[in-house]
Formats: sequence, structure tokens, C-alpha cells
Amino acid sequence: MSTRQVGEKVQRREDPRLLTGNGRYVDDLGRGALQAAFVRSPHAHARITDIDIADAWELDGVEAVYTWEDLEGRVGEPLPVLIPHPAMTHPRTGYCLAKDEVNHVGEAVVMVVARDRYVAEDACGRIRVSYETLPPVVGLENARAAARLVHDDVPGNVSANLRQEVGDVDTAMAAAPNRLTLELEIERSACMPMEGKGVYARWDADDESLRLHSSTQTSTGVRAAVAAKLGMPLAKVEVVTPDVGGGFGVKIVHPWPEEVLVPWAARRLGRDVKWTEDRREHFVSSAHERGQLQEVEVGFDDDGRLLALDVRFWHDNGAYTPYGIIVPIITATQLLGPYKPGAYRVEFWSMYTNTVLVTPYRGAGRPQGCYAMERTMDAIAAHLGLDRTEVRSRNFIQPDEMPYDHGLMFQDGRPLKYDSGDFPASLAKLKELVGWDDFAAYREQAAAEGRRVGLGIGCYVEGTGVGPYEGGHVQVETNGRVNVATGLTTQGQGHQTVLAQIVADELGVRLEDVHVTTGDTRRMAYAVGTFASRGAVMSGNAVALAARVVREKALRIAADALEVSADDLEIADGVISVKGAPGSSIDLKTVAVLSNPLRYAFDTSAQAATQFAGTFDPDKPPVADDDEPGLEGQDFYSPTQATFANGMHAAVVETDPVTAEIRILRYCVVHDCGVMVNPMIVEGQVHGGVAQGVGGALYERMVYDEGGQLLNASFMDFLIPYASEVPHVETDHLETPSPLNPLGLKGAGEAGTIPVSAVIASAIEDAEGFPIRSMPISPPELWALRRTHSPDPAQEGTS
Amino acid sequence: MSEAAAEQLLEITLRVNGVRRSARVPARRLLSDALRHDLGLTGTHVGCEHGVCGACTVLLDGEPARACLVLAVTAQAHEITTVEGIGSDPANLSPVQQAFAESHALQCGFCTPGFITTISAFLVENPHPTPEEAREAISGNLCRCTGYQNIVKAVVRASEIVAERAEAGR
Repeated sequence: MSTRQVGEKVQRREDPRLLTGNGRYVDDLGRGALQAAFVRSPHAHARITDIDIADAWELDGVEAVYTWEDLEGRVGEPLPVLIPHPAMTHPRTGYCLAKDEVNHVGEAVVMVVARDRYVAEDACGRIRVSYETLPPVVGLENARAAARLVHDDVPGNVSANLRQEVGDVDTAMAAAPNRLTLELEIERSACMPMEGKGVYARWDADDESLRLHSSTQTSTGVRAAVAAKLGMPLAKVEVVTPDVGGGFGVKIVHPWPEEVLVPWAARRLGRDVKWTEDRREHFVSSAHERGQLQEVEVGFDDDGRLLALDVRFWHDNGAYTPYGIIVPIITATQLLGPYKPGAYRVEFWSMYTNTVLVTPYRGAGRPQGCYAMERTMDAIAAHLGLDRTEVRSRNFIQPDEMPYDHGLMFQDGRPLKYDSGDFPASLAKLKELVGWDDFAAYREQAAAEGRRVGLGIGCYVEGTGVGPYEGGHVQVETNGRVNVATGLTTQGQGHQTVLAQIVADELGVRLEDVHVTTGDTRRMAYAVGTFASRGAVMSGNAVALAARVVREKALRIAADALEVSADDLEIADGVISVKGAPGSSIDLKTVAVLSNPLRYAFDTSAQAATQFAGTFDPDKPPVADDDEPGLEGQDFYSPTQATFANGMHAAVVETDPVTAEIRILRYCVVHDCGVMVNPMIVEGQVHGGVAQGVGGALYERMVYDEGGQLLNASFMDFLIPYASEVPHVETDHLETPSPLNPLGLKGAGEAGTIPVSAVIASAIEDAEGFPIRSMPISPPELWALRRTHSPDPAQEGTS
Repeated sequence: MSEAAAEQLLEITLRVNGVRRSARVPARRLLSDALRHDLGLTGTHVGCEHGVCGACTVLLDGEPARACLVLAVTAQAHEITTVEGIGSDPANLSPVQQAFAESHALQCGFCTPGFITTISAFLVENPHPTPEEAREAISGNLCRCTGYQNIVKAVVRASEIVAERAEAGR
């Protein structure tokens, strides 16, 4: 019997290629293609009064210069509102190239296509755009005050207002013996994949077709959007996602202006055209996330049990809303984490500002929700003088209460209903891992050495694997090679390995014979995309179902060939044999030959399937009425709802009594994503998630000045953590299978990031003894907070 | 056409991965662009174009350097090693490359070539690093995927593989 692959720490199939410089990212393609560059707005809010492109044409090598005036048909119309929602009363999107007005620094105004990028950028430097500047709206306070408007026709700068309520919050709150109010703030960060966006378009003039390579998280989405914009038949547009250098959410947005303009220019010029985003462009013209102001009122009993939770928050959606209000909806619903809130009311306002637009970034609204809830839990514990884990524990949904329906609508329009999870067991593991009960002694010992340490905790639940569907296609070639295709894309999650593990098990073949293709519309035309920690759940189950279709067909053909019942057969290592009779067997590749009756032979194995080979029933057609040629099959996985993963993190931090420097001494994670297909990859996802969370908690923020200029739009100034800033992560796992899908999977991609700001705030609060209400936090900010909370400055630095 | 229209091109010769390669480039051509676009060595990646991320790290005479901060014309005096020079055959990985595969030290792979070159040079200088020294050695390169933990592990593992291969080859 072959070794079961699912559950094994299998080394990644994609690595040897990527390690040796043989990866193919979008900028590695299209040598010789024309290159695009963009003139982008230097103003946060302005009317365009004139564009003078004459000087650009002076340069040798300039092939085209386009402004909005040049855009034909739907290319010149506003970009789509991808996810409309009834609560979004004022959706606004930009144009591929700005029309009349710009609403954030970085908005594309002119496109240049030239022989190479150097020339294209030189040409951009020669284009003069005249602006009449308008006062910008920067920051949520200004958006809320609405003294100025981002869009003239959007009153109050509010794009959407949504309120959900379960139970009677006012009554429950009034009756609660204890009440607390928290005002919280969390700042912007961004995905910042190491590879920015990029598009390479190949126009085939003879075939009037387009092949587009994009660094995207959804090839099918880009394909449909581009076909619609360019007025092309879907069948004439193919989108191939090459290797992608990280996504983390920003590349799920589509079509980006460049994804429309590059193929449009390629068709217009009859030439290959490529655009590779540079780092500054990525800062000012892609997307950010996280910025929210939150107000929480909580009512609870004397044991710390929640009776009523009333949350209001304001979400900064930037200048436009192409991705709708997914992020604040997730905050509003996932805020509840593993807890029963009592009566719950949440209302949010999604606000326009003259800044880069806001779309999902790993965690996608959950880090903010978790932060609000966990700050609240700590506040309750402090108020009642209870251990922080005890308060959490008392509010947990219990395993026997699963499935647990919160009575709210989730981001997919379906009920927020947890499928499984064992929160008490997770907490017990975490306390053990971090040594929760021994921390008091450690704190005392540290204090004796003049050191200040704190312990923090954060718990979350993450809705993962949202629909609507993904598909799998599995094909066995006559040489035994197994080709697997799924439509969603890959940005480092190891899909070529985990999906191969699943198919190897389901089909009974060797892992090395399975070859997986993702994100190529030529191979799988129906797909949604890679987001919401859905890759393994959706495509994992889809390829499993497809493999089962193929297995059934293989057994049926083998049963005929061996003249036994299909029930008596098994497949291992690509060989179908009669159970208990090892001598009686047929190779899967031979079954592939038999599955496809041939007229022509092109190799020795094909000869066996030709019309003069073997015996046949002359009264039956070579391919039965209800059958198809070939040993291949396809199936789709479409769940009724999301599956809910969960986890709990704890951290020990040390804050310098003098400089307020913050150091993470230990970081512990207990994580439950159901069945783990490849625990090595799951751990890697957790490590990376935590690192991004640490960046968001302590280092990363988007610093806009009042004029709407992003002051830190480079890696010099926007501080992504290096190895020196990221702690060693200690992990433990629980595997509570999801009852919702055949493989029992839950998503793992975003989990590591979600609670980190909450955990670090909790730990700093524990070290310092005063509440932390704004994240990220820097040493100067902590130092200032100490001054606020310690009226006697002389006490500072003397402990 | 104005006087600024035509840019002078220079004939340069670069010694890359032990091979002499020629190109005609303008004086301002970055080494990273020359490697990638003139010589077709796309293993060297560009993540920031301002010398911070380290994805474009190559070795100049064995020393790590940011290829995005070096002009191609000035690189003529040096022996250049890219990730392809460390190992370009997926079936024949260098010790550092093999350690990365074993340790799951890469996810999207975009920053990886810069780490491979940096670590390969580091291990020459310090063949038996501690995990702390390994962490220090990689702290000039950005990775957005892995959280660095498995890269630290890979540095230590690579030093073992070097020793194992030396032992096997004895």
C-alpha cells in the first residue's frame, strides 16, 4: 500500500524551480514587449484642467500616449463595483485613467507605452498635467466631520451604513449590573507583497484573441472583467496567472486600471505590452486596509459574562469602493470571536477619504474586530479583578453548542453559523504552551531584575472557505501522468503540493505523478479566486471530488477488463488490483488507454486502444451513450456556508522602563484549521501571518499628511519587519474537522495575522498597567502614554 | 526630434556566473535590469528598486550587493554571481537551496533568490552559524511570507548539508 499523503509534511513540489531562478513571475515574461508607465496624480483632490502630452512624443521609442479622452467604449466608463450591497447607498469607483478629477495621490492620469520602461518613464516626466486643487479629506475624523466632501454627491462622505442587531440591546444593556465603554483606534497598513502587480498582454491579431498574464488572485475574474471592458467574446480572452510573488488580498481586486489598459493598448497597437508596478506605485495606487475608529459599550454580570454588546465603528474605505463593504461586514460579524455576546448590535459607517482605496488585506477586517472584542474582554477582567482567561472562558461557545448560529448575516450573504470548534480545549493548550499560570512568578523575577514584562492574549474565529464554488479537473494520461487543474490562483500557499497530496490519496497514485495547474483559464474556466483562506477548503475538496469521479470510472473500466466486480478492486501506486489477489491487476495508465477508443496509434500504448486491437461487442458503440472518452473527470465543490477556523495567541513582551522600547520575548499560537493536509505548510502560513501581524502591531502604518500625501511610501520609511523584529513562533494545533466538507478542512491562510494587534496591546497593557486603546504602538507613543498615566514624570525610568 | 531624444548606448561586458556576457546599455542601466532584461537572467528579482528589500541581491566578487543600486557599467570590474550561479538546475540543488526546500523556507519565492545569494556568501564566512547568528545574517532581507523562522532554520540546515556533502565526497 502506498503511504497516505494527506497529513504528511511533504516537501513542496514547486520549490526546486523557485529556488534556482526558474520561477516565472509576470515581469520575467514578455522580453521585448512594449512597456507601459503612468503619470499619476500628485494631488489628493483636484480637478484636471489640462494635459499637455506634446513633449512626450519628442522621445525616441515612445509608441503611444493615452489620456481618458482616448479610451473607447466601456474602457472609458467607471470601473465596476465588484460586490454591490444594499447598504452601500453611494458606491463610487474611479476610471482607468482619471476623468476630470482625481481623488487620491497616485491615481493614474496618463498612460505611456514605449520601447522600454526607461523611455516610458522619461516620457511621463515630460507630460504636464494642470490641476485646480481641491481641499482633501484625510483621516476618519475629517471624513466624519464632513466639512469637506470627497465626492460632491456623497453626503457626509458615507458610502455605506449597515446595522445588525440580535436581541434587545437597549433593554439588556440597561439591566446589566456592569457597563463599560471603550474608544478604540487602529491604523492603516497594507499587504505589501514583495512582487507588486503586473500585467502582460499578448494580442494575436490573426486570431483576434488575447492572452493576458496577470499577477492576480483571480484569473477568471480578470478574464470576465477584461472581456466585458474590451467588448470581446469570453472565448477570445484567456488569463494565465504565472508565479505570483505574494498577494495577501490586494491582488483579488480586479480589474485594476492597468489590467484593462494594458490589453486594450496591446490590441490597439497590435503589439505585446507589459506593465510592472514599481514599489512607489504600489504604495500610492494599489490598496491599503485596517483604518477604523471604534466605540464599544458592553454590559456584563459580576462573573464577567456578556449581557449586551453595542458596537459602532467608522471604516476608512479610501477614495473608491470597488470591493464594496466586505471588510467592515467582516469586522462587524467576526468581532464576536469564540464568544456569546448576549444581545448584540453593530453599526458601521464606511467613509470616503482622499486616500488610496481600502480593500481586503490578510485578515480582512477580522484583526480590527478581534482587537475590539479582545480589548473589551481585558477591560472586563480589569474591571472585575478577574483573570483574563477566566473571563474569556466564561463567555465561550461550548463544543456541545455547535453548530452555533449567531443570527447575523456573514460576508457571503449567508448565516454566521459556526460549524465546529473546541474553544475550551484550545485555551487549555495555549495556557499550557505559554505557561499562563506561572507568569506571575516570572513577572516578579523580572521586576527584581529591573525589567518590565507583560503577558497578552487574543482569541479569534475566522470564517474561511466561503463559496460560491471552485472546480477540479483530473485527467490520467496514458503514460500514467495525472494532470490536475483548478481555477483559483496561487501566491505561495503550496497548492501544487497540497492539491497533489489530496489527489494522490483519492486516486491511489504516486505523488510525483500528479501535476497541478492553478489559475489558468485555458485549463479551468470556472473559478472564483484565492481569498478568505479558501484555497485548500474549496479547491482541495473540488479536486478530491473530481478524483473520485475519475476513480469510479477507472474501476468500472478495470472491472470490465479483469472481469470482476468494481467493488472488489483497489488502487495503489497507480495499479488497480483485485483485493486479496495481487496477481490480477491492471495499470491505471492502461485503463487510460482503454478509456479512449482510437483509430490512430502514435505510440505502443495507443496501439492497444485502436480498432483492430482486442475484442469488442459489435452491437455496442465504442463510446457508450452515457460515457465520454478519456480517463478524466471534473467536479465542483460548492458549500452551503463558510467553515469556521479558530485560534488563540499569547505573547510575552518586555517594555524598556526608560526608552519604552517594546520587545516580544515569546509568541505562542494554538491553531485549529480542521484537518491539516500538510502541517508544514500550515505552520508556515501561521508563521508568516504572525509576522505580518507583528508589523501591523508595532511598525507599519500609512502616514498621510493633511494634504493627503503619503509620507512613507517606500520600504525605507514603511517598516516591514526584518528577521530581527519577528519573534520565534511556538505553535500547537488542534484538529477539529469541519463537518461541512468531504475532507474536513478549514482555511489557514489568514489566521496568523488576525489576533496579533489584540495580543500585543494586551501584553503591553499588562506590562504597563494602563489601557492600550490605539494600535499600532511605537516606543514614542508608549513613552507619551506613560507620561499621561503617571502624573509624576520623575517616576519614569526609575523602576 | 529634440537633442534629448537619442540616448547613447555603451558596449559592456559582464562576467556573470563565470561566463562573459555582452550587452549594449545606456549608462543609467541598473545591474538588476541588465541581468534580467538584457541577459535574460530573471532569477534576480526586483522588489523595491531602492535597496531595502534585498530581493535583487547578487554577489560581486563573492560579496552580497544590491543589484538595483549598482549601474551595469560599473559592474564590469567584478565577478557577478546570481542565484542561477549558485544553482540553476532544479534537480541539482546547492546546499542552501536544498536546505530551503527541506525547511519550507520559502512560500511565494519572490524574495528567495536574494536570500540564497546572501546566505551562500554568509556560510563561506561562517560555516557553522548558531540560530542567532543565522537570524542576524538574514536581517537585511525582507520576506513577506515566511516570518523568517524557517529561513533561520534553513541557514543552520544548509551548514549541515555542506558538511554532509563534504563527508560523502570524501
